[in-house]
Amino acid sequence: MSQIENSGYKGEALRQLKLADCDIGDIIRVTSKSKVYEGILIPRAELGEGTIVIVKMKSGYNVGINVTKEVKVEKIGKGTKPAFASPSIPKQNPALPHVVIMSTGGTIASRVDYRTGAVRSAISASDLYGVVPELADVARVDTEIVYSIYSENLTQKNWTELAQKVAERIEQGVDGIVIAHGTDTMAYTSAALSFALQNLPVPVIVVGAQRSSDRPSSDAATNLIGAVKAAGEAPFAEVCLVMHESVSDIATVVHRGTKVRKCHTSRRDTFKSINGFPIAKVKNLQVTMETDQYQRRDPKKKLVLKPNFSEKVALVKFYPGLDPAVIDFYVEKGFKGILLEGSGLGHVSKFCFDSIKNAVAKGVLVALASQCIWGRVNMNVYDTGRDLLSFGVVPLDDMFPETGLVKLMWVLGQTSDVEEAKKLLKTNIAGEFSSRTLPQDKIVEGAQ
Amino acid sequence: MTIDYAKVGLKVGLEIHQQLNVGSKLFCSCPPELFKEDPEITFLRRLRPTQSELGQIDPAAYFEFQKGVKILYEANRKSSCLVEMDEEPPHPINLDAVQVVLTASLMMNMQPVDEVHVMRKTVIDGSNTTGFQRTCIIALDGWIKVGEKIIPMQASSLEEDAARKTGTQDEGKTIRYRIDRLGIPLIEVATAPVIYSPMEAQEVAFAIGRILRDTGKVMRGLGTIRQDLNVSLPNGALIEIKGVQELELISTVVDYEVQRQLGLIAIKEDLAKCGVNHESLKSDFVDVTDIFKETKSKVIRKAVDKKQKVLAVKLQGFAGLTGRELMPNFRLGSELSDRAKFWGRVGGIFHTDEVLANYSITAEEVEALRKAVGAAETDAVVFVADTAENTQDALKAVVERAQEACTGIPAETRTAKDDGTTRYMRPRPGAARMYPETDIPPQMITDELVHKVMSNLPEPAEKKLARLVKQYGLNEKLGKQLIDSEYGSLFEVTVKESGVAASTVAAFLTETTKALKREGIQLDNVSDEQIKSIFKAVGSGELAKEAIADVFSWLSKNEGKTVQDAIGALGLKMFTEADLAPVIDRVIAANKAQVDKLGKNAFGMLMGAAMKEVRGKANPELVGKLLRERLK
Repeated sequence: MSQIENSGYKGEALRQLKLADCDIGDIIRVTSKSKVYEGILIPRAELGEGTIVIVKMKSGYNVGINVTKEVKVEKIGKGTKPAFASPSIPKQNPALPHVVIMSTGGTIASRVDYRTGAVRSAISASDLYGVVPELADVARVDTEIVYSIYSENLTQKNWTELAQKVAERIEQGVDGIVIAHGTDTMAYTSAALSFALQNLPVPVIVVGAQRSSDRPSSDAATNLIGAVKAAGEAPFAEVCLVMHESVSDIATVVHRGTKVRKCHTSRRDTFKSINGFPIAKVKNLQVTMETDQYQRRDPKKKLVLKPNFSEKVALVKFYPGLDPAVIDFYVEKGFKGILLEGSGLGHVSKFCFDSIKNAVAKGVLVALASQCIWGRVNMNVYDTGRDLLSFGVVPLDDMFPETGLVKLMWVLGQTSDVEEAKKLLKTNIAGEFSSRTLPQDKIVEGAQ
Repeated sequence: MTIDYAKVGLKVGLEIHQQLNVGSKLFCSCPPELFKEDPEITFLRRLRPTQSELGQIDPAAYFEFQKGVKILYEANRKSSCLVEMDEEPPHPINLDAVQVVLTASLMMNMQPVDEVHVMRKTVIDGSNTTGFQRTCIIALDGWIKVGEKIIPMQASSLEEDAARKTGTQDEGKTIRYRIDRLGIPLIEVATAPVIYSPMEAQEVAFAIGRILRDTGKVMRGLGTIRQDLNVSLPNGALIEIKGVQELELISTVVDYEVQRQLGLIAIKEDLAKCGVNHESLKSDFVDVTDIFKETKSKVIRKAVDKKQKVLAVKLQGFAGLTGRELMPNFRLGSELSDRAKFWGRVGGIFHTDEVLANYSITAEEVEALRKAVGAAETDAVVFVADTAENTQDALKAVVERAQEACTGIPAETRTAKDDGTTRYMRPRPGAARMYPETDIPPQMITDELVHKVMSNLPEPAEKKLARLVKQYGLNEKLGKQLIDSEYGSLFEVTVKESGVAASTVAAFLTETTKALKREGIQLDNVSDEQIKSIFKAVGSGELAKEAIADVFSWLSKNEGKTVQDAIGALGLKMFTEADLAPVIDRVIAANKAQVDKLGKNAFGMLMGAAMKEVRGKANPELVGKLLRERLK
């Protein structure tokens, strides 16, 4: 079957390629005014000039050739299909824990077709063992592809479905679940699952990679090994997120699902526990708990599944000059909850007061978390905070805005009664509230 | 040994790499600078061989991965950012660098590609934090003329330089790399394998070097240029020799490689005559640690004290051969040793064809050793002291290399040493495993850009020579030297800015720098700006031209200092009028009788006396002027 129609080529290039009956992977010859190029026809992934044809030459290099009317394109050989023999699944050690890896579309495991440069995901169990052979010594692994979508395209519906699928697997009696996920919205999913999956008997670990796994330097293998190890053997039973501790491939850390946030666009250690600390660390295939404040693993526990999320919840970030019409808009559109991302200890300008009062009066649940991210809101310190409290705005203490937003969606997915929802919003479900705020780093200054 | 290179069928191809000086790195805005201090940042990584649908895995890389080899990277914040750390995607390609390569390509009559695609070339020895080197072809198929011969040029590419290895630790299990060099733009130019003698290889390299320098945008100094040579003999093998740093060394390297291959062919024939073959060489390793319990050998003593092992193997029929010289100070035993170092992470091996007494190994120990492995008179024994795992890997590599000696010359990548000999570097990688660097958009090379570069091409060397001779009154020889000098590009601007005589500047930039280099002066420590400052000081009368070399040498040993510092430290400050007045008074007073007698005619004598006191520190014209005024 011809792939040329979907190969990114257009215009004169596509016309000439079709005329010469060339398909992706074929060996072609392009004769231009002064030069002859020969090589394998490569797909054109980039948006760009419509007259360029890309050829992979014998040396391995790709070059782009401008195909004008004077240029001749010929097919001189048929492409060969790349042969790839998946490594056979190593003998599974029955003494090892049984872990299910569910994939949502992050390329935690992939391989490269060096012929065309295409990166294919490798998510079958045999592929995984092939890419990360150490897994065979960590767990008996099953895999399931739930989605193949970019993480920014996941919605509340996907969270619901994912929670249901995890619950099914847990009912079947596995020792742990690992969810491979794109890192962009991984923390949102972690928070969502933390609320949806209560009284867990085993751990549910969300994991990703900051460098795609087709690169030798990918962090995927280290993260995956850490996640599978924690899922299979760790003594906790919570929804957590496992990623690199630092920029080195030394250790991964286990963050609580409601307390973790992506804090850097590109670093391997982008995920940080906010207003809290990682609960465990995985290093040299050893899981070490860093606290004794956690939900214990216990296969006898009965999972409570509460997978519904409201889609009528909005996040409004306050900034100087924010037009309160933004708040009015959501109220008019029938939104049930608004999370205000306030400044400092928990403030928005007085110009928003009327709109907020109106929202509350219309039965919209308005909550507030701080855009500072670090620290706890305290709306008793200044007049503005006290005013907002008096309007019925719910302060979310040391929850940072993203977790606050997900919780508001979950709460309004559980009940439509505002008072009940408020109560639920303030109830600590999955470690999203902590009563003490500790300095994030050890501070040793001024001592002699 | 005189070799008829045509008769042995020598073929050489060149790949010249040179760092570009375009102010920043290829895929980020870091300055292209190295650092000498302790690193501010270190981090530890592992690189995994990625799976290819072609099913090829680089054997050396896979081996290192299996052995758990880790890489410790060193960085500082001045010379690298998150991009080099592989903690941030690359920025778009440096267009100035593309333009320099385009310039050089057009000077070599190559055809630019229409659109540049950056590729990832898999390299997982740790020299690239990503596990691949980013590289792209800029132009193809050109030629240059060297003497009367047309040398076809295959391609010019632009790539990122790699991190530099700074050491190993943990018994070789951790390799240290410094990432300051990573990302510096490199031009790579490759010739077709149509060079037939060592001297010709050197001449072609010189010609290419001249063209690259003519762009005015290449770096100078140690480590900024690296020549790779592909050397092959029809009965030998294609050997890739990496990293020849000095152009003058190329002919020696090629010559030695031919010698090595001829020597190995002879060894193969000798082994065949004695009936030694692949099967004769067995991996039967014998633990001989007990023999060395009381050894006086420092190396072995150290291992034994650390409870490590001494492991030995017999090489049947190799007596006399392991000691046979293939290149100066390089024997077959060195080949075995290099393999052991690479695959076994050991410091080296011992073999019975060397004078073991030099290592304080006794005849009794050797005798016991021979007995332990059952070696006959005609056999050689190789032994090594290290950890159990390393000695196993080392001897396995030794036996493999010895087996290869029976069948011919292994195709491999070798690295060039300063004396022109080469050492084993790694097995030759399979077909280049390249795939597109999708983080960097392709770059069009438009006709407009080509025309712009074409109409601004630097003057070709021959034209430039003629012009320099005519315009500056240089003699032909000095002009030629200037064109071949690394400092040639500084000549005109220095003359213009300093006003110093062209011949003085030219002589310094050619003969003097060469002489200083021979004396061991680190030329690279003095920047172009400093060189210009030296001449400006001469031009303004602050410094005597006789002192140029002294100031240069002082600056090379006192990095970070200025020309003024040098003048002060060396006591070379030129006398001003005020400084000279008392000197002239003194000279006149001392020769009062003569002055009274001769009057103005005493000038010559007085001038001589004054200059004797202030030579190198005063401008003679100024002395003459002051003297004349006083004599009036």
